[in-house]
Parts: sequence; structure tokens; C-alpha cells
Amino acid sequence: MASAVANEIIAIIARQAMLTPDEVRLDMTLDELGFDSLVLVEALFAIEEKFDISVPYNANDPDETEFDISSIGAVIAGIEALVAARA
Amino acid sequence: MHETYAALIQGRVAIGPLAFRDSDRLSVQVGAEVKGFVPEAHLSRSELGFADRFAQFALVAARQAVAEAGLTFNDDLAERAGVIVGTAGGGLTTSDEAYRAVYAEGKNRVHPFTVPRLMHSAAASLVGMALGLRGPSFSVSTACASSNHAMGLAFQMVRGGAAPVMLAGGAEAMLCFGGIKAWEGLRVLSPDGCRPFSGDRNGLVQGEGAAVFVFEDYDHARARGAPMLAEVVGFAMGADAGDMVMPSRDGAARVMAGALADAGLAHETVGYINAHGTGTTANDRTEIAAIRQVFGAHADKLMISSTKSMHGHLIGATGAVELIACLMALRMGVIAPTMGHRVPDPDCALDVVPNVARQARVDVVLSNAFAFGGLNAVLALARI
Repeated sequence: MASAVANEIIAIIARQAMLTPDEVRLDMTLDELGFDSLVLVEALFAIEEKFDISVPYNANDPDETEFDISSIGAVIAGIEALVAARA
Repeated sequence: MHETYAALIQGRVAIGPLAFRDSDRLSVQVGAEVKGFVPEAHLSRSELGFADRFAQFALVAARQAVAEAGLTFNDDLAERAGVIVGTAGGGLTTSDEAYRAVYAEGKNRVHPFTVPRLMHSAAASLVGMALGLRGPSFSVSTACASSNHAMGLAFQMVRGGAAPVMLAGGAEAMLCFGGIKAWEGLRVLSPDGCRPFSGDRNGLVQGEGAAVFVFEDYDHARARGAPMLAEVVGFAMGADAGDMVMPSRDGAARVMAGALADAGLAHETVGYINAHGTGTTANDRTEIAAIRQVFGAHADKLMISSTKSMHGHLIGATGAVELIACLMALRMGVIAPTMGHRVPDPDCALDVVPNVARQARVDVVLSNAFAFGGLNAVLALARI
């Protein structure tokens, strides 16, 4: 059962990918969703605004970043941890 | 463009109450806003992400221009054709919103596309991307003369053989809280309307919008049977090197004379001047004196009008929008009026085509732009 946070994130990602939320699966990669780096940056901005958090993602060097973006599930887990740390 | 022709002929004044966010906190309450503009109806989703309001206007204007010119850019042409957009404020509404977010609302982040949106060059980039133009492309920023400089450079590039086709014009969207608040400081804005050359004028009124034109080599245009609007025959630019805000009669006269010299035309050939005509005392009197200086006795035969009385001062886009009045004069033989003219000013005692459009055949027209900071640019166009 997805958390409320997860559902919000999926809604944001789906909107950026121009899909419906039920088309977004946790095992999908950002590439599969058609995300380029700018779309990702825009999605992270929406997520940061939504949850009042800061996501440690550096678009200069996505591979070196501590924030795992290897799949939608990983992104959600990372955001959930940041939201939990904030609370 | 035909809607604009119709509005100019009717003398329709687009100046009205401002209706953007926080406008109630401004001491100036009037402007010529673009009403009913729905960006989503004109721009793709990815364009919307990167387009400030000024760039949105530019994209719409550029697409209209290319459609009206019947141009298709094949690979060879696309590689050589470019776009020059004049703008004074660039993505000012984007900066304004970002500052509001971090200063007024205490937020700690701004939208990630703030930088690509606010760049002055964003409009040129987006137009080039929309049309696939890969030739010389850039933005020009010379305050109120920006679009005349942009179009003049495009003209020179086409004439010089650097590009067979250039898109050029201007785009501006300064009607936001920060944009008008800054202008209030100079105390040159009118509280109630723009009345160029009228003895009771009390300042300029801000407008917004864009206009873009296709500048095309004559032989290239003729070979493809293009609908030609006019021939650009001359351009001159210069600097007063004098004052940051006060205009110079000699500086203005020099570029008007320069545009005619560039065209190789005698001053008696000119029938109409689309004046800079801001509705400030300093501009209007200086401009009329400069016209008298250049044209001598012929000044009394000229028709001179300022369409800013209708569409307001579009700052970096103003020359481009005003070029429509020049094209109307050349193509339709209709001179756009200076609206709001109520009281003669002995210092502006030339024919300023007050309040009513006039039918008149003209062969050559000038379009004046005299910017803050003394940067001047004048185009000369001829009937084709």
C-alpha cells in the first residue's frame, strides 16, 4: 500500500511525464518515463515545494549525487526519508 | 497584423486599468495590457516551461510572421536564417515572481527554469527552436530603441549577404509590479493616458507585446513569389553620448538624416514619420525640433504620428509594433492617427495627424526610436 507521500510523488512525476498516475510503476526508470535532466529538475522542484524539503540532487553530476534516482521506487524512498527527517 | 491595421485605423486606444498582481499598490494605474492572451493556446508544453511572457509574445508574433510570409525553411535556408529579438526588460516578469517568492513570501527556492526564462536572449532562442533556424541569432537590448536596432541589424545582414532571411522584431512584458514600480521612480508615467504632441500631455504609458517581421533578400523573396509588405531602404543608428534620460535634438536629427543617406533618398521623398512620440515633454519637443532640423520647409508637408497614444510604449518592442503603422501607410495609404490630441503645443506645431486616421499616398516613411541613454535608431522604408 503506497503512502500518502508516495501517491503525491507519483502524481507529480506522472504530471511531468504526461501520464496518468496508474501508468507510473515503481520499477520504472526515469529514462523509461522520458525524463531528461531538466524535466527531473522541474519534478524535484515541485516535490520540494510540496513537502518543504531540500533534495540533494546535483544536475552537474547526477551519478555522483547521494540521492538515488535509479528508479521511481528509489526516488520515492529517498523523498520519504527526507520527509521523515523533516518531521 | 490585419487586426492591428483595423485598430490603428479606428484609433482604438488600448490603454486601461492595470489588472496584474499587486497593481493596486502602484501609484500609476493605467497601461496597455495584452488582454485575453492564453499562452497554452499558442505554445507547446515544453515552450511554456521556458517562456517568460515576453518570449511567449515573441513566439506568437514570429509564427504569425512566417505564416503570413508563406515561408518554409528547407534545410539550406534554415541553416542560414536567424532571428534577432529586441527587448529592454527580457524576462522581467520571471525575475519579479522569483524575487517575490524569496523576498516577500520567504521561500528558499525559485522555479528551476528561472534563469533560462529571464535571459534576454530566451525569446531569440525559443523562436529559433520553434522554426528550426540555425543561422545568426541573438537579442539586442537598447532600451526603447531595442527593436529598431534588431530590425536594422537584420536589414544590414540581409543586405550584406550574411543571411538570405532574418526574422527580427521586438518583445516586451514589463507590465508587472516590479516593472512599473521601477518606472514610477522616474516620474515620467502618465496617470491617465498617452497624449503625444498635445499641449496637455503628462507622460508616457507602458504597453506590452511583440511584433516580428521577415526580412528577406529581394531576389529571394521575388523568386518564391513572396507577399512583400515594403522595402527596407535605409537604417542608421547613433549615440548622443550626452545624457542618460534627456534626448538630444542633434542626436535624433543625425540618425534620421543618416537613414535617408543610407537609403540614398532626398528628404523630400518622405511622406510619413512614425514618431518616437512618447508623450513626455522632453521627447516630443526634441523630436519635433529634430524633424524640423532635418527636413526644413518640407517638415510642414510631413505627416507625423505617434501610435503610442493607442498601444502605449512597448519599450524594447515599440519600434516593431510601430512598424505596422509604417507598413499600413505604405501599403494601404492610411496614416495612423495620434490619439488623445486635445490641445495644440506651439513647440510641436507640425502635422501630427490628430485623432483621426487619414488617407494619403506615401512613398517613403521613417520609423524613429530614441532610447534612454541616448541610443538612437531609425529605419527608412519604401513602398514596393
